[in-house]
Amino acid sequence: MSNPSIATPISNTVKAARTQALLKRWAPAVILPLAGIFAFLMLWQLVANNIQTSLGQFPGPVQVYTQFNALVDSHLAEREKANAFYERQEKRNAERLARDPSAEVKIRPYTGKPTFFQQILTSLYTVMTGFAIASLIAVPLGIVCGLSKPLYSAMNPLIQIFKPVSPLAWLPLVTMLVSALYVSDDPMLAKSFLTSALTVALCCLWPTVINTTVGVANLDKDLQNVSRVLNLSPLSHVRRIVLPAAVPMIFTGLRLSLATGWMVLIAAEMLAQNPGLGKFIWDEFQNGSSNSLGRIMVAVIVIGLIGFALDRLMLLLQRHASWDKNADLR
Amino acid sequence: MSHSNYLELTGVGISFPTDKGLFCALQNVNLRIAKGEFVSLIGHSGCGKSTVLNIVAGLHQATTGGVILDGREVDQPGPDRAVVFQNHSLLPWLSCYENVELAVRQVFKGQKSRREMRDWIEHNLALVHMTHARDKRPSEISGGMKQRIGIARALAMQPKVLLMDEPFGALDALTRAHLQDSLMEIHADLGNTVIMITHDVDEAVLLSDRIVMMSNGPAATIGEILSVDLPRPRDRMALAHDAHYHDYRAAVLEFLYQRQQRPAA
Repeated sequence: MSNPSIATPISNTVKAARTQALLKRWAPAVILPLAGIFAFLMLWQLVANNIQTSLGQFPGPVQVYTQFNALVDSHLAEREKANAFYERQEKRNAERLARDPSAEVKIRPYTGKPTFFQQILTSLYTVMTGFAIASLIAVPLGIVCGLSKPLYSAMNPLIQIFKPVSPLAWLPLVTMLVSALYVSDDPMLAKSFLTSALTVALCCLWPTVINTTVGVANLDKDLQNVSRVLNLSPLSHVRRIVLPAAVPMIFTGLRLSLATGWMVLIAAEMLAQNPGLGKFIWDEFQNGSSNSLGRIMVAVIVIGLIGFALDRLMLLLQRHASWDKNADLR
Repeated sequence: MSHSNYLELTGVGISFPTDKGLFCALQNVNLRIAKGEFVSLIGHSGCGKSTVLNIVAGLHQATTGGVILDGREVDQPGPDRAVVFQNHSLLPWLSCYENVELAVRQVFKGQKSRREMRDWIEHNLALVHMTHARDKRPSEISGGMKQRIGIARALAMQPKVLLMDEPFGALDALTRAHLQDSLMEIHADLGNTVIMITHDVDEAVLLSDRIVMMSNGPAATIGEILSVDLPRPRDRMALAHDAHYHDYRAAVLEFLYQRQQRPAA
C-alpha cells in the first residue's frame, strides 16, 4: 500500500462487492421480513390513531406494547402473592406442629385469578389434548380408509359432510354430552376443559384422515408388488411398507390438523369458558375498560406467534421422522 | 438338466373387459423351461412380454391356460418366483442391507438363525459386489447399484425361478455391460432358472440359452424361439468377432424388424 491513491478505488470496489454479497445473503432471511413488519407497524399506528371506539382510541403498537408489559407485571405480582400465600401457610403449619406434633396440617392451593401466562399454558395443554385425541383416531382411520376402497367409499361422504362444520356448531352438542356423560363427584378434569378439547378434536380430525388416506392409497404400485412377491402378512405390509411410505402425507395432515385445532381452540374456550386465551379475550371484551382492546391485541399477537411456533415444531418433527431427507419441506 | 419341464406355460392367454367388449392382449402362449435355463423374452413394446412375466410371478391372473412350476400350479405371487423390477423398487427408507434383510427374514423365518441370516445377506451383497454400500440408502447410490441390490434381494430369496423385467433397461451402456457380466457370473455359479425381458438384441444373445420372440399385440403370442448354442462362459469381446454370434443377432433382428413390423409408434 505504498500508493494510497491507487489502493483506495480498488478497496472501494471490493467493499461494494462485499456489501452486495452481504445484502444478497441476508436480504431474504432478515432484512426484507423486518422491513415488512416495520411497514405494517407504521401503517397500524397511522390507522389506529384515526379510529375512535366506545372503549377509547383503537390501540396502536405502542399501547399494545404497554399492555404487554402490564400483563407481565401483573403476572409477576400474582406469583409473588401466591408465594407469600404458601409461605404464610407453611409458617402457620410449622407453628402448629411445634405446639402439637400430632396436628393434621394441610396446604391449601392458591385460588387467585389465572394470569395471562397461565392462560397461555392452559390453552396449550387443551389444544395438545384435543390434537392427541384426534391423531389417535385419525391416523388409524386414514390407514384403513386408504387400504380399503369400499371402506373409503363408505366413509368419504361422512368425512366430506363433517369436515366443513364450524366448531361453534359442535360446541353446544359437546357441552351437553360432556354434562350428561361425564358425571363424577370428584372430577379429575374440568368440564370446560373436556368440552374445549373434544371440540378441538372433532374439528382437527379431518385433515389428518384425508391426508393419511391419500398417502396410503397412493402407495407406489411397484412397492405393493414387492410386498406381494414377499408374501408379507397384512400387518407387516402396513408396518414395513405402507406406514413408512405414507409418513410424509401423514405429517402434512397432522400439521394442518394442529393449525386448525389452534384456531378452533380460541373459539371453543370463549364459549366453554375454559380458562385459556379464548376466555381471556372474552373476559376483556366483557370487561370493557380502556385497556381492554390493547390487551386483546396482545392476545391476538401471542396467538399468532404460538400458532407459528407450533407449526415449526411439527415441521421439525416431520423432518426428523421422514426418510426422504432431500424433500423440500416448508 | 434332469427334467426339461421345470416351468410350464400351457395355453396362457389374458383378456381385459373394455367398453368395446373383451380385449385379448395375449393368447395361446406355450413354453417349457428347463431347470437352470436362461430364457429371454423379446418383442416390441406392447407385445405382452411383461404380462407373461407377471402371470408367471402370480401378479396377474391368466384368463385361459395356466402355469406350473416344479409340479405346482402358480395362482398367487410368492418368493419362489422372485422378481427384479425394472425400476429396482427398493424401499427408499431402508438401507441396502435392510432391503435384502426384509426379504431374507420373510423367506427364512424359522429356518435360519439370526447369525445365519446375517451371513446370508452379506453373502448376497458380496455376490453383486455391493458390500461397500451395505449401509447406504437407495437415494445415495447410482442406478446400476440400485439394480444390483434389487438382484441381491431377489437372489437372497433363493427363488426357483428368477424373473427379470427389463432389469437393465434404464441404465447406460457401460453400466449395463458390467451388470450383464455380473449376471452371467452369478448364473454360472448358482445355475438359476431365469426369465428375462429385454428389448436389447445384444443382451438377449449374450445371456440367453433360448430367445423367445413375441409377435405384436393385440392377441400377442410366441412368434418364434431361437436356441443360442454359444459355449459358456461367454466373453463379449471374443463374441464381437464370432460369426455364430452375428448369425443369432441377425436372426433376432430379422424377426423383429421384417416379420414383425414395429407398430406405428
